Amino acid sequence: MIYFDLLIGFLEVGFFSFGGAYAAIPLIREVVLAHGWMDEEMVTYMIAISESTPGPIMVNMATYVGSVKGGIPGALIATTATVLPAFLVILLIMVLFKKALQNKYVKAALGGLKPCVIGLILSTGIMMIIRNCNISLKAKPDVLTIGLTCVLAAVYFGSRKIVKKGISPIMLISVSALVGVVAYGILPR
Amino acid sequence: MPIFIDLFLTFAKIGLFTFGGGYAMLSLIENDCVEKKKWITHDEMMDVTVVAESTPGPIAINCATYVGYKKGRLPGAIIATLGMVLPSFIVILLISKFFDMFLEITWIANAFHGVKIAVGILIVDAALKMLIKMKKKPMPIIMVVCSGVAMILISAFSINVSSMVLMLAAAFTGVIVFIIGSHTKKEKKE
Repeated sequence: MIYFDLLIGFLEVGFFSFGGAYAAIPLIREVVLAHGWMDEEMVTYMIAISESTPGPIMVNMATYVGSVKGGIPGALIATTATVLPAFLVILLIMVLFKKALQNKYVKAALGGLKPCVIGLILSTGIMMIIRNCNISLKAKPDVLTIGLTCVLAAVYFGSRKIVKKGISPIMLISVSALVGVVAYGILPR
Repeated sequence: MPIFIDLFLTFAKIGLFTFGGGYAMLSLIENDCVEKKKWITHDEMMDVTVVAESTPGPIAINCATYVGYKKGRLPGAIIATLGMVLPSFIVILLISKFFDMFLEITWIANAFHGVKIAVGILIVDAALKMLIKMKKKPMPIIMVVCSGVAMILISAFSINVSSMVLMLAAAFTGVIVFIIGSHTKKEKKE
């Protein structure tokens, strides 16, 4: 039953995403791919859309997956499931356990959890780049995409040396879209 | 204006007009809820940010729930959270309905091929930013490397282990290391 799967899948995401939207990306990608709700390519598009529309990125991703797989009821269920753990945890902390986060064991657990989350995000990002460039032992790598990735990364990180904050994520997404239209439209793949 | 309507409209406005997710919203929430409406103090805002980073879920939702509860108890918390979610819910619902249609147009498909590159870079960047802020002690660094390598191996060999298992193991390791650490300290004192 798709609604039940969406509920459980996104409750897990909502409950384990320590550290905001980027911490949720490895989890959402995993849940979506494991159920076969979308392919890798659509997951990447879904992330891009969620980043370039207003609102909390994690909520956007949940709404998107829910809507694609179960229409409006699906979107409602996935969104509620993602929001609910955050909502309940804050209520619990405010009402009952004002000192919970100062507890030394909670602190120690979070101390182990946070670096793990960083590792998960980093490896997910690297894997997405590798897949996108089609780098593997069997297939021929996509040289054009590798080149574009290097140029865009250089522009994105390099811009911080010139302007104080560098270019924003939405700016990078827009520039890459433009580069995609030109490069993939004109140059042979 | 009744507080519940005010809460809903304030958070709906923040939800509708902030691009870039939770961290981008923090400054808007600060501006509206601390400076303009004086619903919470600056110190409370700092507290929520710290709590939001240590609790699961979207940071924006954590903040909305906190402020809502502060001003209107449970109904307030529900209304503020709803206000935060509703605008983007509607926007995404519309986009997801028509996106497949757009992708059939060649130049739009090409644009999104380009966008895929940006997504990878942004995710790596988010991780690097967190890495810079992290305390550079041996334990966290080993954790980052272990979980990163484990995740890549799991995915490369399609092993059926969820990253949630890795996270639970990491939290558990954190507690064990802490217990062992405090024991050895005690022994040294004695």
